[in-house]
Formats: sequence, C-alpha cells, structure tokens
Amino acid sequence: MSLVTNPTEVETSRTRRRSYGRYVVGKILGSVASLGFVLVVNFFLFRVLPGDPARNLTRGRFVDKKQLAEFNQTYGLDQSVPQQFVTYLKNTFSGDLGISIKYRVPVSQLLVDRMWPTLLLVGTSTILAAVIGVWLGIRGAWKRGGVFDRTSTGTSLTLYSMPEWWLGLLLIAVFAVGWGPIPGIFPTGGLHSVDAQPGTLSGVLDTAWHLTLPVITLTLAYLADYSLIMRSSLLDELGEDYLTTARAKGLRDIVVRNRHAVPNALLPTTTVIALSIGFVVSGAITIETVFSIPGLGLLGVDALEVPDYWVLQGTFMVAAAGVILANLVANLLYGLLDPRVRT
Amino acid sequence: MADLLRMRDVSLTYRAEGGDVPAVRNVDLDLDRGEIVGIAGESGCGKSTLASTILRLQPPSARVTGEVLFEGADVLTMSWGDLRALRWAGASMVFQGALHSLNPVRRVGDQIAEPIHLHDPETSDKKAHVRVGELLEQVGLPAGRARAYPHQLSGGQKQRIMIAMALACRPRLIVADEPTTALDVMVQAQVLHVLSGLVHELGVGMLMISHDLSVLADLCDRIVVMYGGRVVEQGPSKLVFGEALHPYAAALSAAFPRVGDPGARYAPSGLPGDPPDPAALPPGCSFAPRCPRVVDDCTRAVPELRSFGDDRRAACIRVGQP
Amino acid sequence: MSAVESDGTAGLPVTLSARQLARRRRRESFLRSWRVFRRNRSGMLGLTILTVFVVIAVAAPLLASSQGLEVTQATGGVLEPPSSQYWLGTDDQGRSVLTLLIWGARISLFVGLAATVISMVIGTLIGLVSGFSGGWAGAMLFRLTEWFLVIPFLPLAIVLATVLGRSLFNIVLVIGVTSWPGTALLIRSQTLSIKERAYIERARVLGAGRWHQMSRHVLPNVMPMVFANTTLTVAIAILTETTLSFLGLGDPTRVSWGSMLDDAFQVGAITTGAWWFIVPPGVCVVLVVLAFTLIGQALEEVLNPRLKGR
Repeated sequence: MSLVTNPTEVETSRTRRRSYGRYVVGKILGSVASLGFVLVVNFFLFRVLPGDPARNLTRGRFVDKKQLAEFNQTYGLDQSVPQQFVTYLKNTFSGDLGISIKYRVPVSQLLVDRMWPTLLLVGTSTILAAVIGVWLGIRGAWKRGGVFDRTSTGTSLTLYSMPEWWLGLLLIAVFAVGWGPIPGIFPTGGLHSVDAQPGTLSGVLDTAWHLTLPVITLTLAYLADYSLIMRSSLLDELGEDYLTTARAKGLRDIVVRNRHAVPNALLPTTTVIALSIGFVVSGAITIETVFSIPGLGLLGVDALEVPDYWVLQGTFMVAAAGVILANLVANLLYGLLDPRVRT
Repeated sequence: MADLLRMRDVSLTYRAEGGDVPAVRNVDLDLDRGEIVGIAGESGCGKSTLASTILRLQPPSARVTGEVLFEGADVLTMSWGDLRALRWAGASMVFQGALHSLNPVRRVGDQIAEPIHLHDPETSDKKAHVRVGELLEQVGLPAGRARAYPHQLSGGQKQRIMIAMALACRPRLIVADEPTTALDVMVQAQVLHVLSGLVHELGVGMLMISHDLSVLADLCDRIVVMYGGRVVEQGPSKLVFGEALHPYAAALSAAFPRVGDPGARYAPSGLPGDPPDPAALPPGCSFAPRCPRVVDDCTRAVPELRSFGDDRRAACIRVGQP
Repeated sequence: MSAVESDGTAGLPVTLSARQLARRRRRESFLRSWRVFRRNRSGMLGLTILTVFVVIAVAAPLLASSQGLEVTQATGGVLEPPSSQYWLGTDDQGRSVLTLLIWGARISLFVGLAATVISMVIGTLIGLVSGFSGGWAGAMLFRLTEWFLVIPFLPLAIVLATVLGRSLFNIVLVIGVTSWPGTALLIRSQTLSIKERAYIERARVLGAGRWHQMSRHVLPNVMPMVFANTTLTVAIAILTETTLSFLGLGDPTRVSWGSMLDDAFQVGAITTGAWWFIVPPGVCVVLVVLAFTLIGQALEEVLNPRLKGR
C-alpha cells in the first residue's frame, strides 16, 4: 500500500551538519557585529558628553592649564574626533589599550593579571547555580504546590530580591567575623593569605578557602533566578500534549519528566540564563568589592576614583566582550538542543 | 459477548471549584476483535473523555465509576504494573492534533521506537530500526523519514507517524481520537484509507472518535452517538447514518457532507443552539432545548436506551411516534 | 456611533456615545481584573507591603524629624546598639538609624519609580515603533535594542554615573537609560502579534493613519503587558539604585538605603558587629523589591489566566 507522498529530500547527516554550520556562522557574524557596536560605544562614551573631556576625566582633582594640555596630548585628545577614533581602533586591535594612571603599567597586562580570579569566581558560581537551580526548579514544578515547592519558591523569590553584595556582607558578618555561637572561620576578604605559596597544593587550597564565601554568595544569588525560570518553563511544558502520548506508551512518570518534559523546558531556560549573563558581570563587580578579591570587577571600581580612564575603557571592553561571548556560547548550545532553529 | 473491550456503566466526573461536573454518564460500550466502532458527537459530549479511560489517562482530578474491561481485566482498578504493560502493547491511541502530540525535539523514528524498547527491553537498536522502517512503509511513508523531526513533516505525514507509532507494539485495540480533524479533505481520505486497510489486514479492533458522522459511516461497522455525556443512539453504521432514530443523530448526519465532495462543503446546515454545559445540564433529556421533535414529557425524565431490534438502541421517547 | 443600553435603575434604555461606552467597558474590565488580582494571595501580600512603605515614605516628616539627618545635629554616640532612645541604634555619625531608614525610603522609592517612568517611555516608544513599522526603520531599531541588551548594564551605569557626576537626577537618568531594552523587546513582540490581528487591517482599510493605528488600537492592547512589566522594572531599578549608591555613585547629599550600607561597609560596621546598621537597610530593600516582584507576577497571572495556580 503505497501512497503518493511529497518527494521531499530525505535528511542525511551531511545536510544536518550543513544546516547547523549555517546557524553557527550566522551567530558568529552576529557576535562580531555586536562587538563592533561595543567598540564604537566604548569610544564615544567619554567623549560625547558635555564639557571638555580632560576636565571630565580629571574631575575632583586640581589641575592647572599646563597639566591639562599635557593630559590632552598624552591621550591624543587634541586631535579631531574622527582621527582619535582611528587611533583608538588601531591601538585596540594591536593590543595597546593604554597605560594605567594609577598603576603605571600597560592596561592589557593589568587585564590579564586580574582576569583569572574573576573567571574562577564567576565561572564556579554560574555552573554551581545552574546545576542546583535547574534541579530545584524541576523538583518544584513536578510537585507543584507541595511543601518543597513552596519553600523553594519562597526562598528563591527572597534571594532574588536581595542585592547579592548585601548577602555577602551578612555572610561575612556571620561566618568570617563570627556571630554569637558561630565562629568566624572564613577570611573576610582577599584571595590569598599573606604567607600562601601560589602554585603549591597548600596555595591552591588557600585560594579555595578564600573563595568559599564569595562563591557561596554568588551561587545563592544566581540559583534563585535560575530555579524560578526553570520551574516556570517546566510548568509551561507540563500542559503539552506530547506528554500524554508519552504516558500512554506506558512510560513511568519520572521517565516522562526527565526524557520528554525537561529537555523541552530547558530550551527557554538556556536562553534566559544566557541573557542573565549580563547580571553575572554585575555580580562579579559588587562581590569583588565586598570581598576585596583582586579581579576585573574590583579593578574597574578602583579605577573610578582616579579616574583611571584607560583602565575603565579596558575593563568595560572586556566585560562587554565576555557578555557577547557568553551569549554566543548559549546560542550555539541552543542550536544543538533545539532542531527547529537550524532547519 | 465482546471479548476485546467492554465498558459497563462508565461515569466520569470532574471536580471543579463550583462543584462536580459530569462529563460522562452511564455509558455502556462493546467492541470485538476485528471490529471498528465509531463514537460520534459534538465537542464537549464526552467522547474523548470516555476514550481516555481505556488507558486510564483521565486527569487525576477526575472520578471514574463503572468498569472498563480490556480482555476481561478492569483497567480502572488494575495495578500500575499491569496498566503500564497494557499501555501501548495491549491497546494504543492515535491522538487528536498530531501537531502537538509529538515531542518537537526528538526524531520521529526515535519516538516510534520508544515503546518498542520499553515493552521489549531485549530489542536491539538494529531490530527496532528495522521495525520502525516496516511501520513507516505500512502507513505509506519512506523509511528514511524516521530521521525527521516533527516540524519537518506535513500534517498528514505527522498523522501517519502517529498511526505507525500506535501500531509499534502490535496492539489488539487502537483508539483513534479525531485522527483526521486537522487535515484537509484529500489527506483525510488518504489517512482513512490507511487506517481501514490496517484494521482489516492486522485484525485489530478500532475505536474511532469523530464529530464527522460521514467519516465514521464509511469506516465503521457500528456507530455510537453521544450527547451531553450519554449514549443517545447506537447501531450498525449504515442505519445510524442513513435512518437515525434519535433526532440528534439525524441532525448530525445531515450536518456533514460526504468526504471528497467539495461542493457539498458549502451547503449551509447544522443545529441551532449550543451543546449543553456539563456543569448545568437541563432536566430530563439534555437534547430537549434544541430538539425539533420535543414535547413536554421530554423534560420530565432522562430517556432510557431502548432496543429497536437489529442491535439498534436509542434514548428517545419520540421514536416511532408521529 | 452609539449604542442603546439599559441603565438599570429605571429600566429605561439610555443612549451612550461610543466614548462613554468604551469608558464603561474599560471600567468593568478593570474591576474584573482587580477581583482576579485580589484572589492572588502573594500579589495581595506584595501590595500590602508596598503600601506600608509608600505610607512611610510619604509620611516621613511626621514619623521622624528631618533634623535627624543632619550630621551636625547628631546627638547619639558612634555606632551605638539599639536602645530605648534609638530604636535601631546609631550610625557612624551618631544619627538615629531608624530616622535614616525612614527618610531613605523616599529616595529609594522615588528613584525606582522615576527611573522606571523614563525606561518605560523610551522602551514602549521604541518597542511600538520597531514592531509596527516594518522594513528598514523597524529592523534597525530592533538591532539597536538587541545590541544595547548585550552591553553589561552595571558597568555602563557605573561609567555613566561617574562621568555625569553624582546627583539624584543623574542616577535616575542613568538607570532609566540603561534599562529600556528589556521593555522594548517585550513591547515589540506584543506589537507584532497584535499587528496581525484583523481589526488593525480593518482600521487601515478605513483610512486610519499609522499614528492613529498605533495609539488607538495597538497601544491600549499593549498597555496591560506594559503595566505588568513596569512593576518588575521598578524592582530592578530599586536594586540598581541601591547598588550604585553602595558603590559610592549616589547623591552624596541624600540618604538612601544603599548609601547607608556604603557607610556601614566603609566604617567597618561588619567587623565591629554593628548589625543594626547592616541588616535593616538590606531588609527594607528586600521587602520592597519582593513586594514589586510579587505584584508583577500576580499581574502577569491576571493577564494570562493560563498561568493561574503557580
């Protein structure tokens, strides 16, 4: 019994790879365009504002005309704006991001030195928060309205409404300084003890010890958001017909949930987690401030006082590039998970 | 004596905020091996809800009474283990609206193979793959389509995938819930052709649900007409379609043109009024407010299903009256 | 165009103009939505909390003398724990923490609301125009919105705040200008879906100009979603203001909950265990943000009944 069917192309694995490849190229091009936009914004941020740039940048400090002129010359501010833009682009692409006023070292070197603590802090927290948050969200949604769900949702909402740095302050007060019967065992800040030897096992453990409270703080802050989103996505998914089909086949409830509902619910969750990477960057800034972690966030905040113009520009650039990269990774991951976007 | 499916006095009530809502009321239904029985009625009459009880898929908030005997065992009271073994391997379903009944992120071949692996864990991937290919051929699709995702298939193709999936574990009973509703007329004809061919070839019993009486008339041996949660008429399909006893069944058969007849599609017809709200059923016969043959007695009591010979039954006091 | 409606009282039919009809229908639908909202327990909790804080903020002069904010008038000791005289103790300048808290409510709420207004106006406008005009303009605006989303918003806010200078107005501006993309995207997708609906087509056929279509047809249908989104935007705005003040970028002449925490951090209140200075401002922020979040979630449920029972 053969019926006439539409003579459509049978999908081979080569076609599949080609369509994902097209998707990847599209997303990469988009990221490059975003990066370009950020470059432009970065440049004009300080210059399109009212007043003399030199004055703006030296606000709060007493400078005389000669120093202003020197300042202008060093930073090429006496050139025309288009010329400055070209210089800026040339320098950026060759890796010359200027010299720090405060530290008197090349900005690029500062960035490299400070990148590792931030990555460690943010990376660990995000991964932990994603794993725990997603698990919490799934369990809460599956037994909606139960004790676990209500407790978990209430806690998540409260943590979500909390400035993460305030949570950090509280944790320091209780666990680093000590409160009542609880001893203050954790360090109040910094990345290393004075006598720590970097590179050795004890040095690594020492770093981990210092990072414990900050990582706990950021993890708690993010997992609230992620668990709420996952719960909401899964609840949306639970009303779908294909789950009835799965149940009708005789699959156990747990299997229906994990094999069918959760993978579909993870799709919007991945997107939202990606969009929230921008807030991850903000979290790094405030937590590094509170815990005195010498990372990129603290570098940026310290540079505000001077104001250390090139450092600010450099850290802004890195932060934006980080967000773009994270978004790209999330998009590529999404393309792997959802076949509908790549065909 | 029906040996495949026997439903006795099945009633289903939803628990809602305002009170209990009776969706199915005291339904009896028999189905034999190799028989095709159709259930006809407007949306909301309880036919899909009734069908969901066969595999115990009704919502958890629903209360079901009566017996649903599949090959002698009561589905409503059997253990979870027995139920899960029954699901798909004893009886399977073709769901309405295949648009959303397939998992959008998994290949259709994997979804067809899933129950095969579940009910026979010894099956190797290769064997399952071969079986999937067989099933696709049976419904008229090339075996290569197994690697497609649902969004790459047309409506008719998806429906045929659902049918192939329903056959995967060689069930004795297939419940097809509005299998052609979302399809256009030509594809509808094709899908019905596939279904009827399979039923006769494989000797399965089929329970087919549709609001389109003409579709059922072609395919089914017997038709059961439901209204307001009750059975109002049942009998051999030609007779129910051609010479209905119950006024509702008569109106229903007049409302639909023949499949494949484009001209008749535009002829205006249909019943005035709306189907009854199950939460607020009228007294007596629930069809009384819309019935062209209504008399005062109709609202006094719910009419019993009476026999009219030839395996025909109707629940109307006006049968045989002028 | 008018309709005849029974006005109920004397049973006599009353002819209403189209505008009166529309107004009456809007009022009825508003009352209906309110009734659904009322049933949502967490939403009502949020509304209660918010009302309490609004009352405190508005009635600040009645609750605590503004002189309590003056450093030169401070009579308490430095970082004294709570006592019968100072219910929440004193800060590092001897001022009553409770007074600071009450007056700080004004700043936090004001900045949150004002910044949200700016953000919503920009976001709604861009979202509407971008969704409504197809082709070049719409696509460009959409790209712009997407790009702005990519920029990490706290660094941007920090940079702007530094360059513009520390004042209340600037903080409001900075937050408003950095938080519009989220709203714009939401409004845009709503506009796109409404645009496809039949009555827009009819209006166009009848000769309605672009602006008329947008303001009379699309906007009223988008407004409910805007409303729900607004409460969530306020929550984020308040969190942002607190963070910016904590980083020292707020208005130095004003006391806000964030600046209180900045002071606490700078003077080492944490290490000296001055919990009365650290805990209350944070608790207030959490309560207010939580209130707005709960209200926003409840509003979303009212709009989309499918979400009910979450």
